[in-house]
Amino acid sequence: MTIYEYDVIVVGGGISGLVTALTSAENCRVAVVSKVHVTRSHSVAAQGGIAASLGSEEEDRWDWHMFDTVKGGDYLADQDAAEILAREAPAAIIKLEHMGVAFSRNKEGKIDQRRFGGHTRNFGEAPVKRACYAADRTGRAIMDAVYDQCVARDVAMHNEVFVHKILFSGNRCCGVAGYDIANGELLVFHAKAVVLATGGCGKIFKVTSNGFASTGDGFALALDAGVPLMDMEFIQFHPTGIYGLGILISEAVRAEGGVLRNSTDERFMTRYAPTLKDLAPRDIISRAIMTEIRESRGINGADYVHLDLTEIGKERLAQKLPEVTSFVKTYLGIDPTETPVPVAPTCHYMMGGIPTDTEGHVVNANGTAGSGLFAVGECACVSVHGANRLGCNSLIDLVVFGQRTGSSVIAYVKEVKMQEVIAEPEDAVRKKIGSLLEGDVGERAPLIREAMQRVMTEKCSVFRSNVGLQQALTESRQLQKRCANLGVANKTRVFNYELEEALELENMLKTAEAIVVSALQRRESRGAHYHEDFPERNDSEWLKHTLVHASLEGLKVSYKPVTVARFTPKERRY
Amino acid sequence: MDVKFKVFRFNPETDETPYYDVFKVNASVNDRILDCLNQIRWKHDSTLSYRMSCAHGVCGSDGVTINGSPALACQKLVKDYDYTKEIVVEPLQFFRVIKDLTVDMEPFFERMKAVNPEVHDSSADLPEKERLQTPEERSLFDDAVKCVMCACCVAACPVMLKEEPAFIGPAAVLRAHRYIFDSRVTDTEKRMKVLEKPHGVWSCKSYYRCTLVCPKQIKVTEAILKTKKKILQQLHSK
Repeated sequence: MTIYEYDVIVVGGGISGLVTALTSAENCRVAVVSKVHVTRSHSVAAQGGIAASLGSEEEDRWDWHMFDTVKGGDYLADQDAAEILAREAPAAIIKLEHMGVAFSRNKEGKIDQRRFGGHTRNFGEAPVKRACYAADRTGRAIMDAVYDQCVARDVAMHNEVFVHKILFSGNRCCGVAGYDIANGELLVFHAKAVVLATGGCGKIFKVTSNGFASTGDGFALALDAGVPLMDMEFIQFHPTGIYGLGILISEAVRAEGGVLRNSTDERFMTRYAPTLKDLAPRDIISRAIMTEIRESRGINGADYVHLDLTEIGKERLAQKLPEVTSFVKTYLGIDPTETPVPVAPTCHYMMGGIPTDTEGHVVNANGTAGSGLFAVGECACVSVHGANRLGCNSLIDLVVFGQRTGSSVIAYVKEVKMQEVIAEPEDAVRKKIGSLLEGDVGERAPLIREAMQRVMTEKCSVFRSNVGLQQALTESRQLQKRCANLGVANKTRVFNYELEEALELENMLKTAEAIVVSALQRRESRGAHYHEDFPERNDSEWLKHTLVHASLEGLKVSYKPVTVARFTPKERRY
Repeated sequence: MDVKFKVFRFNPETDETPYYDVFKVNASVNDRILDCLNQIRWKHDSTLSYRMSCAHGVCGSDGVTINGSPALACQKLVKDYDYTKEIVVEPLQFFRVIKDLTVDMEPFFERMKAVNPEVHDSSADLPEKERLQTPEERSLFDDAVKCVMCACCVAACPVMLKEEPAFIGPAAVLRAHRYIFDSRVTDTEKRMKVLEKPHGVWSCKSYYRCTLVCPKQIKVTEAILKTKKKILQQLHSK
């Protein structure tokens, strides 16, 4: 076993983790601990853009951006947080530009901007060009610049380390424990502060745009540490995943002129969102697609629709959307300039997560912060995205709140003393890994994982019902019981991915139960949570955040108020 | 249909020398090679090791050698190969094998680090707004921005494999090119001097193997040649 000591440990090396690390590296000893090499984090898969009211192309205002974010989130976003996001976004983009991000440019040499779903001018009047972008590789472009900055500043990176436990001394967080995937060695990272930046959990579902690493590890770490999770029922299904595979086809395709069509060749979004049409928010379009499919207007009666890019033109596609064009060619063998692309909703993003204040401090079940635990990025819930995130608001969230979290980490680290290493900090990890490696083979992870993905996809995705959610709850609990008997056949220590996947499966099942429990309780429909037994939004009873936390009697649900400021909840029309 | 995969195996804990296993995989022509590897690991042999993350060619994790040529396992489909015969999957060349298809990537990231000597936002005279850059200026390094750091180019480079293992390699030169050709960057000379050290850019003999295998279709050799030309013009023509 090895014990490392830093002031702060960032778990996860996507854009939010690296921005936090970079910011705090100014004043403290920081290390990033990541289960994949940091450059493989799923932030690199972000395609279409990053939102900020720069106004490069046309008039734009931060309060329009704030309004769109709040309305897009079906009024569940905390408006103080949404205001910070929209206000600080332009400066964050300039900062990224100064770091060297390779943004696409307009003729004047400014950062180019394009339209994106739900982003409007003058409080909903018409689409506005608010998405800064680097072709359709925006995540990669930001990641590369931020990574190079971290490398140049010698930010310590512990790659391919699996974190299994957050360590506490009394109420204070004092590091994390895990093991080295490369050789099985137990590792302890002793620190004053821990930042969770572990991303999402798309792999809970059968079809997802997320990579293999998106297994909800941070959610499970939080639950195990007695920290609640907030608004877990709100899961974004992106409308346009490549049919069957789930690989993302960016909303930028529709911003550049692509349209959705059903089996009668109808541009059906004009019925569902007469003003914004194919650029309505994602929850609305995903429901529209699933409704078309349910009403037998899927292509050839199957469960997909067409995304028609044929009007965009070859040159424009090559210039603005080269990556998605190549995905379609590689995986479907079709040329999108000539043939429409089969698409269906794909699990994409967690609006919910570990509750934080606007400085990244994790807020505990009793409403207090300041334990030395922080969260940022997709795994955190500030909440800026409410019940449905707008496209391009995720990347800007990572940068704005990454910087804020980095700053508050610096302040925290200055204030507190490094504690003694607790007794046997590696104990829980040793026992966990030991039981899997030394025990009988028992239940196997791939089979349980498949069962989980099936039930979550069937019962807990775009449309939900009491009966279905009840079944999902029963089954996810049964699967967790089977997990108690989980074993691995691979008994080696070097790059044992069967072991890692067993641990990830446990994390996913804990997360899945938190999602289902939260969804069952919310007896209304709001944003991405559409409950068929309660199809209307109900502000008088449900304009509140769900909190779910682990207790001895299982998961407990409670609620906390939403911060409503400038924008009074109204019916959401597009 | 059944497709046979012949897979390179080595476990440092038990094996003295590497060997091959043959697995029969129930695959369709449109399956990714990565899907087939997953099927092997999840159904046949859970000890098989290889890296993966995004599974659609953007993260660069799953570079392997397929039928002798470096590629991303998630970007190649069964139909891209003669699947009536065994499809051979081996680790990327050049790198030390740790286990099965998993190699030690440190020498790769060390090289990338070597060409990145300086943070370039340190100058005090940054404007309040973004620095302007025309679409034409931006296009000069557009190709280099596509790089996913998968190391396929390195694993295909005859200079690195046979002639001069210490060569800084195509990916690192491309990374340097990305900054040297970025009109916003002011410290290009420092970066060029790094490339002029022994085993630097002049070791490239333009075999074009990097360009042939690049999963992102980057014209790597062309970028290296442009870099050489720029070094000559800027450092040696005074």
